[in-house]
Amino acid sequence: MSKEYVADNSHLDSSEEESGTYDEWIPSFCSRFGHEYFCQVPTDFIEDDFNMTSLAQEIPHYRKALDLILDLEPVSDDDSFENNTKHNDNSNNKSNNNDSNDKDINNSSANIVNKSILEHSAEQLYGLIHARFILTKHGLQAMAEKFDHKEFGTCPRYYCGGMQLLPCGLSDTIGKHTVRLYCPSCQDIYLPQSSRHLSLEGAYWGTSFPGIFLKHFKELEDYVEKKNKETYELKVFGFKISAYSISGPRMKWLRQYPSTEEEWKEFEKCEFEIPEDLY
Amino acid sequence: MADETVDVKMQDTSKPDVGEELERETDSSEYVEMWIDLFLSRKGNEYFCDIDPDYITDRFNLMNLQKTVTKFTQVIQYIIDELDESILEKLSPTKLEQLEADARKVYGLVHARYIITIKGLQSMLEKYKDADFGRCPRVYCNFQPLLPMGLYDVPGMDSVKLYCPSCEDLYLPKSSRHNTVDGAYFGTSFAGMFLHTFPETVPKHPTKKYVPKIFGFELHKQAQLARWQELQRLKLEKHLQEIDVDLSKNGGFKN
Ligand SMILES: [Zn+2]
Ligand SMILES: [Zn+2]
Repeated sequence: MSKEYVADNSHLDSSEEESGTYDEWIPSFCSRFGHEYFCQVPTDFIEDDFNMTSLAQEIPHYRKALDLILDLEPVSDDDSFENNTKHNDNSNNKSNNNDSNDKDINNSSANIVNKSILEHSAEQLYGLIHARFILTKHGLQAMAEKFDHKEFGTCPRYYCGGMQLLPCGLSDTIGKHTVRLYCPSCQDIYLPQSSRHLSLEGAYWGTSFPGIFLKHFKELEDYVEKKNKETYELKVFGFKISAYSISGPRMKWLRQYPSTEEEWKEFEKCEFEIPEDLY
Repeated sequence: MADETVDVKMQDTSKPDVGEELERETDSSEYVEMWIDLFLSRKGNEYFCDIDPDYITDRFNLMNLQKTVTKFTQVIQYIIDELDESILEKLSPTKLEQLEADARKVYGLVHARYIITIKGLQSMLEKYKDADFGRCPRVYCNFQPLLPMGLYDVPGMDSVKLYCPSCEDLYLPKSSRHNTVDGAYFGTSFAGMFLHTFPETVPKHPTKKYVPKIFGFELHKQAQLARWQELQRLKLEKHLQEIDVDLSKNGGFKN
């Protein structure tokens, strides 16, 4: 194991062992087309059982998937035996038909199907580990680097002036929502521009990531506060559109910030609720 | 100004035989493709609509455009494929290149005028329905089709932007090839004219707002701002109701 970890570090400075290092699961997963939003989770984070709490119940074939991620040799000879014992371990929260399905696959010698199922489990497991890792100090640092390099894209809103985005999930469970992008400047969420990111699972970044990122890098909030707060108002031949018109302005509030003294007073009153006497 | 152009358009629906002739020419494969068709099919020109040749040849519509290029008449003839072959053959490659560039510019400037006429608006409505201008990337706008527009009516100032009728905000085109298209070729008034002419295309506006959370708890400052913004919206809603604006239809709010 330790040897493999050494090999992992070596790929940073040498290109000679290209073929050897490319086989490593994590770097190869993260460099895959469309996986640009993922950062590499260090193996020591994954090897710490505390970080893996309760993941075994969420991912089928947890142990084998974990071995795959960590580039540990698959025990192909004892495949069926290993699988059966594993299933007994997990069967308390796995449904029965699921269990028998797995056995069927094992019995048929279709090893390829087995492999792709396992690969799928490994991807889900890595995604959930990733969601946890990016909330740690090291993870935030790794994501900040990607943020600085605009690897999550920039805000499509014109007045945000190319502000970098942060990936975020709308749910922490797999299968609910795809990934969204949060803009710290307009504080809104957007769909990824490129179709290759549109189907990424949102839970692999999770609901808390942008919030923790903002809290951790305070300077970002200061930067955003000083930014241009210009907004757009639709006009025809230089004239504003009347409120009576169906196409009249209805959304100014969405991008509005308190500016006058009166508005700041109003803002203070909104600390815990919207006071009913104000509207 | 808009009304004037519209009036002109109403009058000159004549010369249907010219259109037929043009169609016949495109069908026969031996003929070189029409300049406008070629222009519209070029990558990056997806936002442009097909300008009626009658509109381009009407002097009234070209008012004040003459000075934007040298040899204006030649450029117009070139656009509608009526420039004499013998003249084209005599042009040097650089001159031909200049003519092509001028033609694109004039087409763009005429386009900005054309799309605020009845016919032009109709033509853009078809493109809007096909979401040819893309869809709003904002999550809560739910794939609302966008409208192209310029921040200036003078060419050479800024590239085309996209207006979302749902969140009423401006976005950059997704593809870099659209970020080099001049915004003046769509103009500052088109989006407003479009929504005014086709009020049924104005959606109900979403009121949902995203607030970042940490383990389920909203960030304090962001939540406070969102509440203050919602307060502004409630005040607007109340005001609109007071002046008898029907908010249950298009242009109202949805939750
Ligand atoms: Zn933004
Ligand atoms: Zn929108």
